[in-house]
Amino acid sequence: MTRKRRRMVFILTAMALLSAAVALVLVAFEETVTFFYSPTEVEAKAPARDRGFRLGGLVEEGSVRKLADGLTVEFRITDLAASVPVSYRGILPDLFREGQGVITEGKLGADGVFVAREVLAKHDETYMPREVSDALKKSGVWREEDGSK
Amino acid sequence: MIPEIGHFALILTLAVALVQGTLPMIGAARGNDTWMASAAPTAVLQLIFALAAFLALMHAYVTSDFTVVNVALNSNSAMPMLYKVSATWGNHEGSMLLWIVILAVFGAAVALFGANLPVSLRARVLSVQAWIAIGFLAFSLFTSNPFERMFPAPLDGKDLNPLLQDPGLAFHPPMLYMGYVGFSIAFSFAIAALIEGRVDAAWARWVRPWTLAAWCFLTGGIALGSWWAYYELGWGGWWFWDPVENVSFMPWLMGTALLHSAIVVEKRDALKSWTVLLAILTFSLSLIGTFIVRSGLLTSVHAFATDPERGLFILVLLFVTIGGSLILYAVRAPSLKAGGLFATVSREGGLILNNLLLSVACATVFLGTMYPLIAETFGYKATVGAPFYNLTFVPIMAPLVAAMALGPLLSWKRADLAGVVSRLKFAFLAMIAAAALTLYLQRGPVIPVLAMGLAAWLFAGAVAEWAGRIKLFKTSPSDSLKRAIGLPGSAHGMTLAHAGMAVAIAGMVASSTWKVEEILVMRPGDTATVAGYDYRLEKIERLQGPNYISDTATIAVTRGGEAVAVQKPEKRTYPVQNMPTTEAAIHTTVLADLYTAIGDPDGKGGQIVRIFYEPLVPWIWAGSLMMMLGGALSLSDRRLRVGAPKRKRAPALTEARA
Repeated sequence: MTRKRRRMVFILTAMALLSAAVALVLVAFEETVTFFYSPTEVEAKAPARDRGFRLGGLVEEGSVRKLADGLTVEFRITDLAASVPVSYRGILPDLFREGQGVITEGKLGADGVFVAREVLAKHDETYMPREVSDALKKSGVWREEDGSK
Repeated sequence: MIPEIGHFALILTLAVALVQGTLPMIGAARGNDTWMASAAPTAVLQLIFALAAFLALMHAYVTSDFTVVNVALNSNSAMPMLYKVSATWGNHEGSMLLWIVILAVFGAAVALFGANLPVSLRARVLSVQAWIAIGFLAFSLFTSNPFERMFPAPLDGKDLNPLLQDPGLAFHPPMLYMGYVGFSIAFSFAIAALIEGRVDAAWARWVRPWTLAAWCFLTGGIALGSWWAYYELGWGGWWFWDPVENVSFMPWLMGTALLHSAIVVEKRDALKSWTVLLAILTFSLSLIGTFIVRSGLLTSVHAFATDPERGLFILVLLFVTIGGSLILYAVRAPSLKAGGLFATVSREGGLILNNLLLSVACATVFLGTMYPLIAETFGYKATVGAPFYNLTFVPIMAPLVAAMALGPLLSWKRADLAGVVSRLKFAFLAMIAAAALTLYLQRGPVIPVLAMGLAAWLFAGAVAEWAGRIKLFKTSPSDSLKRAIGLPGSAHGMTLAHAGMAVAIAGMVASSTWKVEEILVMRPGDTATVAGYDYRLEKIERLQGPNYISDTATIAVTRGGEAVAVQKPEKRTYPVQNMPTTEAAIHTTVLADLYTAIGDPDGKGGQIVRIFYEPLVPWIWAGSLMMMLGGALSLSDRRLRVGAPKRKRAPALTEARA
């Protein structure tokens, strides 16, 4: 086989592989992308019920409540302009606290309660997820000193 | 005083690196031997100064010198000594310093062990290495000086993040950095080769051991990080497709491709410019891995030491390094002469397939990781998680695993596919047997069952290749043993690494498919049954650790009345940062981990307890260890010994091998 033909074979294989991968990636983006909303956006847009999304903000002060089963926790996530009730069954991350920035992933129930499948808080006290700080900036309550602490 | 000496040493490191980055390079261009010869001593000097700076910082940590801002923010006098030492690199500034030291170690190693490298190549390699160092030193000195002082000093330090006070994480960063930084050598060799306009078998033989060593460290670093997340976070998972994990995984994928393509350059003198490109990309991904999360561009749940304010410097550094080297590649690569011919179905062809699949898989991980940035440019916020990678990465890796059993059996230049397939009939049987056994034991969905079969196929294929080489059962056992001893280390290494991959895949598939998870509230005396094991909560007591308070549960695990283990999961609180951590208790058996973690009390005398049955998770760590050992075994191969090969001996060695 000549050098030229060999190169053609490999380039064609590479192209085939790449186009297959591109197709996979596009389909996967379409099907698995998880949008991020702030409480204000949830209130304004009311995202589709059947599709999961991420909701991020601060855990509202004084909102955390444990239900009778001992496992389910209810709290509100706020960007200080709007707030959304959240319910979560399971062990909360170690650094979950009132006033702390968190990201939750789950679905919005018919009653307007966001049922979280996952609650993420960072492993660092002074941490604020960027999505959350952006959302807070948007709602106009962000102060620079919070960001630099 | 000592921190000032450290600071001064760091400045000297930069000065030395500037000399090392210019003199030898100019000398190589002009053919000036004296100037070129300055490369080696400056590289050693750079290591000495960098090490001095690093030790000075470590000294400040060990003696709890809280006048140093860095120490005051990240240490505490009550911390155990191990964590005082590891706190040195458990923060942004210190980890940069560690990076610099490791870079200098690799540079000095090239200087010391590369005595028989061609003079001009060595000078250029070390100069390129120095330029990388200059970038990092400038970054460290101008934006993240670890030796900054503050007066008056606080009475005590703010403590190291308690999650980092863990043996797994004490050694994870150095290991990971050895991997990342190790690829800088391959990068420097690639850039030097582009400048020289010459890549040959000897070049590949110098590049391969460095790449292999870096790859071993990176494998270990990733496994260690994953293991840490598994036992420390109490989530029972070992991989979350989080940006921090992905950015360490991408150089691994690219590095694995590089490792294999360098073999083709060495043995067959082909794929040269592709290999050079891979070397550039691998190190570029390592740089991205070090920085992208740190720069705050991507949000990660478990990134430490982030600092968005320095993001711009980082981006400029990345842009110059990656952009510059790719431009150099575009200009110079066409001048590299193509080498040996081969058929599509051949060892070379197989390795190209390996490279293509690994690169494409790496690209999907890259797209998934960068997706939040892409989304943002289109004005919305979104991420992708595990389902995305299951749809993209996994289907691309599957054919790679299938081909991995075939590849080593193909001969160079032209291979007989039918003959190779017939040698794999045992592997085929093993695949069917494993799938059937899985189906019988677990009755899972189709894809994981097939994946278990694929893992068995790869394992059996790797063993079959090795058995074929030593003629196992085809000749007398003593003859086989003799052949095994005569086999080069790299042959054993490859078998072990490929088999390790199979073991790890089995662990990954099984644990993500058949994991059993139970979250419940338990009072002392309660018993829960998970996956056939009975967990009885005996008591919960409050204990005092060196710098934390612990609520320790005692859980007796039995199966059919027989004692299996006593587990003591903990919930710790570190008072300095008022931060709780979870310490899971794990009982490892060959086939599964029994994993318990405790959460908060429910306020009514009960305790939230999380119990996992994690099938085959230990196999993931065992498989990673096999891969690392396989790499190390290959490194021990005499033909790959660092600095051993000489250019003119190269053809003879290639023949001896064939």
